[in-house]
Amino acid sequence: MVSQLLQALKTTLGPEAVLHRPEELMLYEYDGSVEIARPTCVVFPRTTADVLAIVKLANQYQTPLIGRGAGTGLSGGALARKGGILTVFSRMNRILEIDIENHRATVQPGVVNSDLSTAVAHAGLHFAPDPSSQKACTIGGNVSENSGGPHTLAYGVTTNHVLSLEAILPTGELIRIGSPALDSPGYDLLGLFVGSEGTLALITEITVKLTRLPEAVKTLLAIFESLDDATETVVDITARGITPAACEMLDGWTLRAVEAYVHAGFPLDCAAVLLLEVDGINETVLQHAEEVADICRAHHAREVRVARDARERDLLWKGRKNAFGAVGRLSPTYYVQDGVIPRTKLPATLRRINEIGVKYGFQIGNIFHAGDGNLHPLILFDARDEAQFRGVVAAADEIIQYCIEMGGSITGEHGVGMEKDRLMPLLFTEAELDVMRRVRDAFNPQGLLNPEKIFPSKKGCGEIHVRPLPMVGAPSA
Amino acid sequence: MNASAISASVTSRLNEIVGAANVASDFAQLATYEIDRKLPAAAVRPATSEEVAEIVKFAAAEKLALVPTGARTKLGIGYAPSRYDLALDMTRLNKVIAYDPGDLTLSVEAGVPLAKLAQVLAEHRQFLPLPVPFVNRTTIGGVIASGVDSPLRQFYGTARDFLLGMEFVTGEGVAAKSGGRVVKNVTGYDIHKLMIGALGTLGVITRINFKTFPMPLGTRGFVARFPTAESALDMRHRIAQSPLTPLTIEITSPLVAELFVSDAASRYERASMPPNVISSNEWALSTGYAGNDHVLDRIAKDLQRMAEQTGATGVTILGENLPPAWARKREFIPIALASSPATTIVKISVLPMRIKEALAAAQKSVESNNLRWVAMARGVGIIYFAILPSDHTEECRQRVTNATSALQESCAKLAGHATIPWAPTEWKSTLQIWGPARPDFPQMQKVKAVFDPQKILSPGRFAENL
Repeated sequence: MVSQLLQALKTTLGPEAVLHRPEELMLYEYDGSVEIARPTCVVFPRTTADVLAIVKLANQYQTPLIGRGAGTGLSGGALARKGGILTVFSRMNRILEIDIENHRATVQPGVVNSDLSTAVAHAGLHFAPDPSSQKACTIGGNVSENSGGPHTLAYGVTTNHVLSLEAILPTGELIRIGSPALDSPGYDLLGLFVGSEGTLALITEITVKLTRLPEAVKTLLAIFESLDDATETVVDITARGITPAACEMLDGWTLRAVEAYVHAGFPLDCAAVLLLEVDGINETVLQHAEEVADICRAHHAREVRVARDARERDLLWKGRKNAFGAVGRLSPTYYVQDGVIPRTKLPATLRRINEIGVKYGFQIGNIFHAGDGNLHPLILFDARDEAQFRGVVAAADEIIQYCIEMGGSITGEHGVGMEKDRLMPLLFTEAELDVMRRVRDAFNPQGLLNPEKIFPSKKGCGEIHVRPLPMVGAPSA
Repeated sequence: MNASAISASVTSRLNEIVGAANVASDFAQLATYEIDRKLPAAAVRPATSEEVAEIVKFAAAEKLALVPTGARTKLGIGYAPSRYDLALDMTRLNKVIAYDPGDLTLSVEAGVPLAKLAQVLAEHRQFLPLPVPFVNRTTIGGVIASGVDSPLRQFYGTARDFLLGMEFVTGEGVAAKSGGRVVKNVTGYDIHKLMIGALGTLGVITRINFKTFPMPLGTRGFVARFPTAESALDMRHRIAQSPLTPLTIEITSPLVAELFVSDAASRYERASMPPNVISSNEWALSTGYAGNDHVLDRIAKDLQRMAEQTGATGVTILGENLPPAWARKREFIPIALASSPATTIVKISVLPMRIKEALAAAQKSVESNNLRWVAMARGVGIIYFAILPSDHTEECRQRVTNATSALQESCAKLAGHATIPWAPTEWKSTLQIWGPARPDFPQMQKVKAVFDPQKILSPGRFAENL
């Protein structure tokens, strides 16, 4: 039956658009997470009609169907957990329309995030969501995961920038929801579909808002001798009513790993840095930069550096955005968490994470979107050692448990996928999960599309599959 | 008015759930729950989400139609309910559950009056960017369920952009939640977004979590007057292509000046309009912005230059008196509703560069039917176009029907859409309240079937039997 399906796919899409040999599939059995799952085959549609044909074949052969962009996801959302047809959108990468005057763009799902910003930069515009993987990740993937990024603190996450979608339901229905004009009448289906982690529809076209680039930007690096001083600075900046464009924190250990890799001039002997950015018109930026620097100093910052030009600014950001890659050089495997806490709980939470690291004997690097309380502790371990593997899962669970106790959440931007499905009952009752499952079933009635994601299997399964090979320089958030 | 009737056993069960003192069934009390000349058979006032769930579960079993209500300021939006057995009065769910100024987060019950919330937040110099119509009376639940927007959407977006999570009761009486209380969260489906603007047809909202915002340091308003809509819009486009990020941008038609000094206007906002800010023979563009004095001066200078370049006949800068001066703009809808015996308000949405064409098409449709009108366009591309017929007659209804269908057709040609949220009760059946059927309505019906399979929640108020 598999060979019939493959034949049908090849006939429909052309043989060059279908991969099925084991050595070809290996490339597609993982993403940016520690999960692993091999698809039955990988297909590369070029048009909406191709996607429609793939969906029909999936129905005909009752085969699971999974959408995938660049595979940079961090929760296994684009992995074929139950095998099936992995539909990779990398060839649907055309920008279909740019409407400068109305600040709109319509793109195919495979357009790379930063390519859109590059394409509209000449008009002083950009696409605001900026996950750290933005040079590789696709807008289709951003929409499916409702991706964030450092600048979402001021600009919002993906869902705040999407206006309309064309999508194909797993039943084969082609739908169009939302509209380029605001306030499309009826229910906010767009709000439901964005961030549904590929469980409701395959997206074939996206209309987004474009945002004006600010007149001025100032990037500051505040260097601290203690973690508590850094975290308390974050709390205080918010309390004073300043919303920086970005407010990122790296602890000293992570910083040293990053510096060894990108040579951005980060100090090697501090406990933590805050990477802060303020933007807007010249006068606002001057005022906010001064206020932010004052607050940092009031909390004993040893030094507050201000990037003098675009080159220095890019270097600082390069350090931040390549941090996961830098850590990947030091350890065969790392496990990255994506917990969220109310930002006033930052100091206590960081202390707790350190205690957990000591308790389980793991080095934990901390790098996170401090401004919105979104933590990314990186737990270094060797996946080939089963005892270590069990330990890392226990340590990660303990961190997440603490985030929840603080009134937080299990994922701020990476998604639930197949990594955190088992944790969902910590936040939602069975009745609540049932409501969500019924929403999924309304659009994905046979469960063919991206099966066994988001929702815990009712049997109760705590297994995590870990990639056996070391990862180096993986793009990440 | 016709009220539906319910049996004694129904009343006694409701009494059991909320106590007899919180079940109303006499005519005088029920009359205050009127929606489009329909009265419920009873009004129930639960105090907790558990009681709400009990009531809905019971209503689902008995197939009783219920409409959740708050301050009852916006029940006129949409069609009349096709059935209306129970009014579910949410005003006893009026507690602020948690407010963490340091985290800029807030969790409140649905029945909390917006004005009370504003007071609580103001103590910490914070606010919710929701200066919506009926601001002095409305409950937060009503604001969210009705999906009304505010002038501040230019900068802060609409409620969907700063609502973090919600608790609600489904049409089967299941108490559930989605989202959370932190500012960033992608755990599970964003069901709370579906509830915004759904007019209580998918669930009864019981609790809402918000992100709050620090109050801006200082604010000013800038008003430029223009001979034509075109030149006012030209200024809007220049602002949009500039680095300025104003809090609000509205363009108002000449007749607004008259409406805003009327007695009707003072009923919704006591603060009076300062003289000579807008005039009754000119269009006006008004924009608000924030910052310290340096920032405000720079912005004023840029705006002044743009106003000159676009042919403004005059300019007024409003300082700290900005909020009261323009409070009536916030109340455009209730003021327009009170300004004619048969006000019909069309909400038009188009791409910003098409506001001009949409306004012209609307003006033509309405004037060719000999109707008076007044308009307020938000810079983001939303136009509130109020038709003010001189009376309520059948002949007027015919003219308004002709005008709105021509207008809706023109908007469709402009790739926009036009709904008619407010119209006289008797006219609603002949107007396309939610516009022409949209291709995504069948998908919405799938959602409705999940949340309210018995169709007992606000039946008929929303589009296509949602």
